[in-house]
Amino acid sequence: MTGIAELEAPLADPHLSDEALRPAFFEWLCRMGDSTLILGHRTSEWCGHGPALEEDIALANTALDLIGHTQFWLGLAAEVEGKGRSADQLAYLRDAWHFRNLLLVELPKGDMGQTLVREFLFDAWHHLQLDWLAANSSSPRVREIAAKALKEVSYHLERVCDLVIRLGDGTEESHRRLQDALDRLWPYTGEMFTGDAVDATVAGAGIAPDPASLRPAWDALVDEVLEAATLTRPQTRPDAQKGGRQGRHTEHLGFILAEMQFLQRAYPGATW
Amino acid sequence: MTHKQWPLWEIFIRGQHGLNHRHVGSLHAPDAEMAINNARDVYTRRKEGVSIWVVPSSEITASSPSEKGPLFDPAESKVYRHPTFFDIPEEVGKM
Repeated sequence: MTGIAELEAPLADPHLSDEALRPAFFEWLCRMGDSTLILGHRTSEWCGHGPALEEDIALANTALDLIGHTQFWLGLAAEVEGKGRSADQLAYLRDAWHFRNLLLVELPKGDMGQTLVREFLFDAWHHLQLDWLAANSSSPRVREIAAKALKEVSYHLERVCDLVIRLGDGTEESHRRLQDALDRLWPYTGEMFTGDAVDATVAGAGIAPDPASLRPAWDALVDEVLEAATLTRPQTRPDAQKGGRQGRHTEHLGFILAEMQFLQRAYPGATW
Repeated sequence: MTHKQWPLWEIFIRGQHGLNHRHVGSLHAPDAEMAINNARDVYTRRKEGVSIWVVPSSEITASSPSEKGPLFDPAESKVYRHPTFFDIPEEVGKM
């Protein structure tokens, strides 16, 4: 008989005991987990408020998928950190300046145009990132998480591309809302491809790609969808807004955390 | 009412290979491809299916409730139309 414990035994991963790598690996895992956590929370804000029942359910599903990814990334982050913290403690007990998410994901959800364009810009990157990690990461634990998340994110990307094309090439109003969202969010997209010392260390260890290396494929996909959606690629600088991955956030993150962390702050250790 | 609604679609899901697609409900979507996406989110998020069909509800022709008598009543008290008078050999299995 094959025991469940045996099936669920964590894969051996030499990176987890690499002391020199630990700070950068932990930081990078927080970047992955914090982006999915904050985008998951933002997306969940539509629950019960979607413009149609079908969209409401689809957005709630997406939010749940992202929170699920967060559990894996922050769970591994906690393990790598080795200070006895759990994924929950990382999510609910850190303050804003310890969060490492992209600025793009913490911006207010806005209207459906902003929500969908944000998801599209993020998913296009998220899919490439997970695809690389699942196939190439030198860390078996990272490959395992990425392979799981990739299936869900493939669907997120497919769905959001369908919607962006239909709404961009839809009515005058839907086109205007999507173009406005694209113009507003564009300056935040460069952060996905801007590496720093943490990225260089993690890429050097073969765990993750150099962020800049994903750019050409992202550009190609985004251009293809924007063309089909009759939307215009903004000519503004894509990297004007960045810093979230280093802990420098917009004023919006504090408000998200105030809501998201309220229960654990008010009733420490509360469980179901 | 000036509020524009997406058209209604009837959703059929095949639960597993070898079974028929079964009607599971309906939903709104702007076109067939989005109807499949929406059906995936509304009806298969607990791994209910391996295949989805979507059909515009307007393409379904239904029998009229007022025709119920002429359509179905003549079949009453014709038990001999049920193949229950035969012994089915064990080996045949479920029919």
